Formats: sequence, structure tokens, C-alpha cells
Amino acid sequence: MHSYLDELEAQTIYIIREAYNRLHPLGMMWSIGKDSTALLWMVRKAFFGRVPFPVALLDTEQELPEVYAFRDRLIKEWDLECINWMCPPEEDMDKTLPPNTRAAMRKTEGLKGLMAEYKFKGIIAGIRRDEQGLRAKERVFSPRLEDGAWDFKDQPPEFWDQYKTEFPEGCHLRVHPILQWTEVDIWRYHQREGIPYCDLYLAREDKETGKMMRYRSLGEKNITFPVESTASTLDEIVAELETTSVSERAGRTMDRETEDSFEKLRARGYM
Amino acid sequence: MTKNNKQNMHVVIVGHVDHGKSTLIGRLLYDTDSLPDGKYEELQEICKRRGTDALEWSFVLDAFQAERDQAVTIDTTQIWFSTEARDYVIIDAPGHREFLKNMVSGAAQADAAILVVDATEGVREQTKRHAYLLSLLGIQQIGVVINKMDMVDHDPEVFATVSKEVTAYLGSIGITPSHITPISARHGDMISDRGEHMDWYEGKTLTEVFDSFEVASSPTAQPLRFPVQDVYRYDEKRIIVGRIETGILRVGDKILFSPVNEAATVVSIESWPEDPSIVEASAGQSIGITLDERIFVERGHIGSHEQNAPMLSNVFQANIFWLSKKALKVGHSYKVRYGTHEAMVVVQSIDRVIDTDDLAQSENADEVARNAVAEVTLRSRDLLPLDPYADNQRMGRIVLYDGYDIAGGGAVNMEGYADQRRSAKPKSENIYKVDHLLNEGVRAARQGHHGGVFWFTGLSGSGKSTLAMAVEKALFEKGLYTYVLDGDNVRHGLNSDLGFSPEDRAENIRRIGHVAALMADAGVIVIAAFISPYQADRARARSQP
Repeated sequence: MHSYLDELEAQTIYIIREAYNRLHPLGMMWSIGKDSTALLWMVRKAFFGRVPFPVALLDTEQELPEVYAFRDRLIKEWDLECINWMCPPEEDMDKTLPPNTRAAMRKTEGLKGLMAEYKFKGIIAGIRRDEQGLRAKERVFSPRLEDGAWDFKDQPPEFWDQYKTEFPEGCHLRVHPILQWTEVDIWRYHQREGIPYCDLYLAREDKETGKMMRYRSLGEKNITFPVESTASTLDEIVAELETTSVSERAGRTMDRETEDSFEKLRARGYM
Repeated sequence: MTKNNKQNMHVVIVGHVDHGKSTLIGRLLYDTDSLPDGKYEELQEICKRRGTDALEWSFVLDAFQAERDQAVTIDTTQIWFSTEARDYVIIDAPGHREFLKNMVSGAAQADAAILVVDATEGVREQTKRHAYLLSLLGIQQIGVVINKMDMVDHDPEVFATVSKEVTAYLGSIGITPSHITPISARHGDMISDRGEHMDWYEGKTLTEVFDSFEVASSPTAQPLRFPVQDVYRYDEKRIIVGRIETGILRVGDKILFSPVNEAATVVSIESWPEDPSIVEASAGQSIGITLDERIFVERGHIGSHEQNAPMLSNVFQANIFWLSKKALKVGHSYKVRYGTHEAMVVVQSIDRVIDTDDLAQSENADEVARNAVAEVTLRSRDLLPLDPYADNQRMGRIVLYDGYDIAGGGAVNMEGYADQRRSAKPKSENIYKVDHLLNEGVRAARQGHHGGVFWFTGLSGSGKSTLAMAVEKALFEKGLYTYVLDGDNVRHGLNSDLGFSPEDRAENIRRIGHVAALMADAGVIVIAAFISPYQADRARARSQP
């Protein structure tokens, strides 16, 4: 093999093809961010330019306008079958949750609605183990109970690239083909492959403060904020990530509300 | 190239519960400056809130509330850290016995392992079990740390005694540790800094041990194995996709697909974006190829070159570890998977159950319980393309499913089994089985007895033929229909084309087994006297219709 990126890519393509062979119907979550867009690029590699299943966006109407513009551009250029799934309003969410976690909960409920409508047996998601402690425990093929819940205390064994791909009626599998990648791997891959990305990731001057800011992670505009950074090109982003000790989700408010808000979200079905 | 332009090295950390794995990892992150901003302060805060004075380094890992409350690690987790030399992913494996499946899930992807042993306790049950599993999982680079040296006054003699004990056990299961390092994880001695307490130790610190591990290279030098993952039909093209597990595949190569024994030549290696300059692919790559002929190929078939193809057999032995709550039992069926090949197998026998604690072997077990290690013989209905683990680590490891669930895994051992490729495929087609109008009962009623086969086996010169002839005579005198099939006699006629290679011996027994079965069906008591050295062949003779 040539480089470590080739190895990661080959592994991801293998997982995508396993999911496509084993799980019907299959769909993919596309958040339009750097991770799921890089993943979508590898889907096209796996199927020689095609995307043979629908991609779904859980829409809260709270994405930044640049994100929506980027979505529309790729749907057209890559000929995507895109399901734009509207999430239920915030008023319907569990009122005991902290406010920002509640906002994030809309996506959990939206995903349940999407699964009920399309009855996907497998749903591909672009999460990575290095994003957050809980995701570090994920399996590549991760079963979800009927209500979408994740039983993280009793996960199936998974080794030697053999996955649990069969399960009782009513359950579904989350498939995580880029679980092994890190944030900097994703950007190096973008750089090498020339994959389009939303330019909110690049630093630009904040008009009010005059500081250079960029988004490390793209989420809804009400709960995600840019962080200070001077990285305004892919090269600079990669260089920044090689040395930074600021966590990727530092701009995500809900992660820090309580020790366990992310855990609550994920156990209930959040990505 | 910076150090980061390399694959992260995966290192699994194992050891007995409470020997200090999580503390070691927490400390390692702190000492190598790998904690995210604010994590150290958060840690101090949590410890204060929970009323512990000393810093509990293990809290660093505990992403789950539930874990902190139980103070054990529930599932395998992964943590990133870097030294000056390179980046690492640490796989933290839980020490509790019932969480073995998570440890296997974590350890199976590791390049190297660190075995943590408590200086005050020495080798314990899980120390042995984990080490044994590491060897079963094929992890060859293993560093040992003797932890909690502060609890034994940093005494070099305690270190020497415990080291000796660890080395003795590892040696008995074929492992030679690359290093043995005395450490105090809580105080950070010999982790990244040497500290002040163990000047008597001159070897590497733990981070130096990490940096001395080597990343395994792709198995390109081994014979080609290309398990078919799927077949796509795009724009008139039929693209066979899969990942090359070992070896190299080139445009123009003739590829033999097993077990169907069909071969065709590679016309192209497909890629997107299109790149016709690609004429070669090697181990680890996920590829798609087109062939010159429309032969029958589907998921599960294994592509190879015509020379060095996998063996075909319907029976094999495996060294397995069992993870399921439901014990493995003789006569039960399981699904076996390796690469993309899958088949149902029946457990023919449990040959040996190994106690990882004292390596005691019991030969008469009728089940393999959860967390146990055993040698079993598995039989399938159809021929399986198999590679012994000793020859091909990627293809020779199997996973067993019980229903929907992964229940165990292990390594294939083909010692004593012959390749059955020769007899794999009926050479003539359009053959249909015709049913007799007479059944077995009618024949038995006429003759006064049923037909059947007595199979006499044993070494050359042990008296098989003499005994067989005597038995035949005795039965005949009682008025029974009987006949001896004798090795030498049959080799003069029916099997005169066969020699004494393992393959020919297998074919010899296959033919005789079939003749014996036909004669028995006709109502004759057949006495077969043959050297049948291979367990598989005897078993197959037994299973003839």
C-alpha cells in the first residue's frame, strides 16, 4: 500500500460495500460537513462514480445559509438523491434537558421520523472515534433497538472485519465507515483528493471583533460557534490541527452543559 | 513528510483488573502532553467533587457516567496520544472477565500490546488469559510493564522476581516480551520521564518502548487471495469488487475462483475517477476488476492464482475462543465466516479445551463454555476454500456466528487434512439420482439381516487384512452375505491410477467409501480394511450415503 490515507480509504470503501451488500434498504446521513462529504466522496469511489442509495439531511432550518448553498450545489453536481427531512420543532422536545441539548435533541427525533418513514435497515453515518469519548466506544456496525436506542453496555463483539449484519425485525444498524479516521486525516484527504467543502471552515475576519475566526465543526447556527483561528487554507488547517490542543467540538455548546448530556443524547439515538 | 504522515500505531493495553491500566493511560496522556485543553483542570475538579484527594488518572478515560460510578471500564475505548516519534491510538481493554468480547474487539486491531502487571500481586488469572488471547489473536509485539513499583519501595528484587514469573508464563505460550519495564503510573516514574526512584533500571522508558514497536507491513509477498465482496453491473460492465487480503493482482493474470474452480483473465482494474494506468493492485486495497469470460463468480468466492490456490476441504480443525453465553456443543451448527466467505458448519468434535489459567487440557469435554479456549473439528456440507492460519494470517482466521450473533473466533489448522480440490467437482454433467423401487427393509427381510460397513483401520502390518478375512469367514459360515474390500486388492483394479501422496490417499479412501456404501445398500455386510491416515477421510467414509 502506498500511504496511510490509502489504507484508511480502502478500509472505508470495504465497509461501505459490506453495508450495501448486506443491508436493504440502505441510506446515508449527510450533514454537509467535511466528514460526511469526504465519506460521500468515498461512496462514489466504491461504486465507480455513483451514489446508489439516498442521502438524508436532518433539517432544523437552523443551518447556516452557506451550508444550504453548498448542499444545493453538490446535489446538482453529484446527482444525489437527497431526502431533506424536516425535524420536529423544539417545543416538542423533553423539557428536562438543558436548553442546547434540547435543541440537538430535535435531530434525534427527526432521525426517528426518517427511519419510520423510509424503513432503512442500515444507515451510514460519518462519525469518528476521535470526536468525543462516547463515539470512541462505537462499533463499525452498531445495532439500534426499535426505538433507536443504543445499548452501549452490551455491544456485539467486532473483530477481523467481520460484522454483525443480521438482526431481529425492527432493529436497524448504524454503519460507521470512517470511525478510524481522525480530524486531521479527513482534512489531509480533502487536500489530496480535492473534495469540495463549505468555506465556513476557513478563517475569516469577524466583522464585530476584528478577530480571525473559523468553524471547526458545522452544526446549527443557534448552538455552534466559530473558534479563533488564522487557518484560511487547507494547508493551514492541517498545520493547525497537527499542533492544536483545542478540541474539535469546542464550538458545540451542548457538549459542555453537563458531564453526561452527550451520553443522554446518544443513548436516545443521536448520531 | 512530518511524523504525522503515517498510519497511527494501535496499541492495546491489557492486564488483570485493578493492576492499573486506566491509571497508566491517564498518566501517559498527561506526560506526553496529549490531554486536550482544560482536561487536567476538569480532572482535578471531578476528583475534588468526588472527595478523592489524590488525582485519579483513570477518570481521564471514563467518558461514561456509568463507568465512573462503577469504577470499571465497560467497553473498549480508544484514546489518541503522540510521542516525538509518532501518533498512537491506545485501545483500553477492560479487565473484567465477563467483558472478554470487548477486549477481543479492541485487541484484534492492535499492532502491539502492553501487558500491565501489579508488582504487589504478580501474574494473576486475567494476566494469563489476556496474554493467551494476544497470542491467539496473532499479536506478536508485546511489552510488559511491572506497575505500582512505589508500593514495593521500588525494590529491584521484587521487579526481578515478578519479571521472572511473567517471562515464564509468556514463554510457555510462545511469547517473548520485547521489553519489561518497572513503572509507577500514579507518580509518573519510567512512563515518559525516568523519575528519581529507579536508577538501578537501565532499560527503556515506556514511551521509548512504544517508539520501538514496528508497524506491520502489508502481506504482499504471500500468495494472492481476493475474496469477492460483490458483483456490480454498470454500463455493460460486470465489475467484481473486493479487497485483496494478501498478494498482488495484475491485469493479464489468470484468476482461479474457489470453491467453484472457474478461471478467467483480468482485463482491467476499474477505478474512479478513471485511471487506465492502474495495472496492479496489492494487499489491503479495495478494488474492482473485469474478466475476459463470463464465468460464474459471486460473493464469497476466493480469487487466487492457479498455483498456490487455497485448499479445498469439508472438514478442518480450529483453535477457537468462545464469547457467547450459549456454550459451543458437539453436533450444533454455526455459521463460519472468513473474508467474505460464509458457510454452515457442524461441530464434529471438541478435541481439547484449554484452561488459560494453568494451560491444563481436558480432552473429553462435550462443550466449550463462554470465555474458554479450545481446539474443535468443524465440518461443512460443501467444500470450503481454506488457508491454514500458519500460512496466511488474514485468511486463516475465522469468526463463528450463532444465529445473528458473533459467538467466537479462531485460527484454522489443516494439519493432517488433504486438499480435496481434485475430487471437488463431478466431471460429468447431466447426472440425476434415480430412486430404487426396492427399499432397504425389503432387502433385509429377504436376507435376514441389514447391510452395513465395518471399517478396519490401523498401521501397515498391524493385521487388518488377516483379521478382516477371518471375520468374513466367520460371518459367511453363519449364513450372512459378506465381502471384504481389501486395500491391496482394490489398488490393483479400481484404484490402480492412484499413488501414495496425501491427495491420492484421500481419493483412494473416497472411492472405497463409496463402493462400500453401495454394497451395503445392496444388503451386503462390507468389511473394509484400509490404512486411512487422515481423520477427514475416515469421517467422510463414515458419512457416505
